[in-house]
Amino acid sequence: MATKIFKHIQTSVVPLPIENIDTDQIIPARFLKATTRDGFGNNLFRDWRFDENDNPKADFVLNHPTFSGKVLVAGKNFGCGSSREHAAWAISDYGFDAVVSSFFADIFKGNALNNGLLPVQVSDDFLKKIFDAVYADHKAEVEIDLESQTITISSTGEKESFEINPYKKACLINGYDDIDYILSQKGKIEEFELAR
Amino acid sequence: MGQTLFDKIWDAHVVSSSEGFPDILYIDTHFIHEVTSPQAFDGLRQRGLPVFRPKQTVATADHNVPTIDQHLPIKEELSRYQVDMLTKNCKEFGVELYGLGHPYQGIVHVIGPELGITRPGGTYVCGDSHTSTHGAFGAIAFGIGTSQVEQVLATQCLLQSRPKRMKIEVNGKLQKGVGAKDIILYIIAQISAAGGTGYAVEYAGDTIRSLSMEGRMTICNMSIEMGARCGLIAPDETTINYVKGREFAPKGEEWDKAVAYWKTLYSDADASFDEVLSFKAEDIEPMITYGTNPGMGIGVTQHVPETASFEAKEQGSYKKALDYMGLHDDETLLGKPIDYVFIGSCTNSRIEDLRQVAEFVKGKHKADNVTVWVVPGSKQVQQQAIAEGLDKIFDAAGFPLREPGCSACLGMNEDKIPAGKYCVSTSNRNFEGRQGPNSRTFLASPLTAAASAITGVVTDIREFLKEEELV
Repeated sequence: MATKIFKHIQTSVVPLPIENIDTDQIIPARFLKATTRDGFGNNLFRDWRFDENDNPKADFVLNHPTFSGKVLVAGKNFGCGSSREHAAWAISDYGFDAVVSSFFADIFKGNALNNGLLPVQVSDDFLKKIFDAVYADHKAEVEIDLESQTITISSTGEKESFEINPYKKACLINGYDDIDYILSQKGKIEEFELAR
Repeated sequence: MGQTLFDKIWDAHVVSSSEGFPDILYIDTHFIHEVTSPQAFDGLRQRGLPVFRPKQTVATADHNVPTIDQHLPIKEELSRYQVDMLTKNCKEFGVELYGLGHPYQGIVHVIGPELGITRPGGTYVCGDSHTSTHGAFGAIAFGIGTSQVEQVLATQCLLQSRPKRMKIEVNGKLQKGVGAKDIILYIIAQISAAGGTGYAVEYAGDTIRSLSMEGRMTICNMSIEMGARCGLIAPDETTINYVKGREFAPKGEEWDKAVAYWKTLYSDADASFDEVLSFKAEDIEPMITYGTNPGMGIGVTQHVPETASFEAKEQGSYKKALDYMGLHDDETLLGKPIDYVFIGSCTNSRIEDLRQVAEFVKGKHKADNVTVWVVPGSKQVQQQAIAEGLDKIFDAAGFPLREPGCSACLGMNEDKIPAGKYCVSTSNRNFEGRQGPNSRTFLASPLTAAASAITGVVTDIREFLKEEELV
């Protein structure tokens, strides 16, 4: 089955300079009761975004009138905690195509990659530069190019390269699917089972 | 060059390894539950695929279940629908389900070990980050996302890159009142909530070796709280004796063969680790967390760190955490009034946890300001507790014994801590809203939780134990 493709993006960003954002903040457990993958974006960052009466909290960035864009930029250790893939679904469903941070939790990173949501890990310094740029000009853009594995701050031209597993890179660019790949090796799985 | 325990098990499960690709790793048992599996089964339907090895898949309902009146239909509609969906999916795809009402039902990480499904040398995955628990048996076990649940259902394999290896040694004698939960909270406080990211962590040293299997599970359970891919402990006589005779453990000749193999599962003396850390058991106090990630922990007599002690760029996040918790710089938690005590979760809901708490609270009674919930990890734990009369001790102390499930660990079922209230909890996460919107969690050991329930304030268990010795 084909999966979502990511190649290149140029967009303004949404800054969230908080460290250790865990998946319970991204999507609280009480919203995990759906049995499909759709609609989780409505509850993205639910308890930071809405008060107990479901009114938007004015001080949260997603409710801010001028910050917008297809890239979320967050503090280090983003996505720690639970393995819920619903966190990646919620970010994607809300409309983000990539998350930039100086450090990602393992399981979240894998879940994001499996859903065409690109995790871009940058240095602490570069992360600060993005925050500085976007606070100076809320419409400041970044450009992310997966083929060359680079992220550029459009206004200043400052650029950094990022790492990605070459297999997952090929999957994102071509829309390849893990299950198709493993099933292409089905004979080897059966041989492995017989040899045990 | 010798091999690490982790590499021995990994190598024995590699189906195929190609340059530039993650390894295809064979999974011995796949545990599933109601929350992270429905979309995976849907994926199989869309692809027209069966479950590849249904006999190596085990299901239970734990996250959404109520912990009272389990014989009645689940009241909350969406929870009931999700649990019903699991039943339907298991039936359609031929997967064994230990659902509500089944004598084997319980938290997925409690039932695997107690049924003898989890064994040394195996590979175990589940759509739940606390799958690291099973590593206590000297196994590779880790949490996966729903796309990967679908992958394992479809192929019994998982694409995975080999992580780096870390060894964490703990040596020396623990103080009285300090246990496995304090050890792991101490380690996470030392290396931070991200300190293990990218690593498979092997716990070693004589202090770890001296722990029971249940203590070892508590340690491995929280490996994910420092970001580690998994945690594991080499099997020994303690492990073998625990597995022996359990429902699905190998029997007869197969048992002998298995034990002979398990005895080869240790890190060779000249094995190389990417990182080695050492801690002294004597340095560990009863631990408690004060913040909103499990790395924010201190010895119970210590003070909350000052904001100024952090780097400038970290201070905003730190202040946000203290504000959420209603705490301030340099505050001591000792003596702070609390509202709830939760004893349960895949970290601390096994029979030894319940026995330890029962022994301590026997003849005592909870403080009036505290609500206490004791939630067994499984139906078997509940039955054992009742058979031993622990339920009567709990009742007399004002600690009602409920029915098995994840309960107040994650604010998903009916058991939630109300907004603004403080809960001393034996679970594994103190994230904002984890136990219910705006709830405030202090993570601690079962003994610290029990002592705090009796006094109504955050308490140093060692003070109690000293007094009891004098009597």
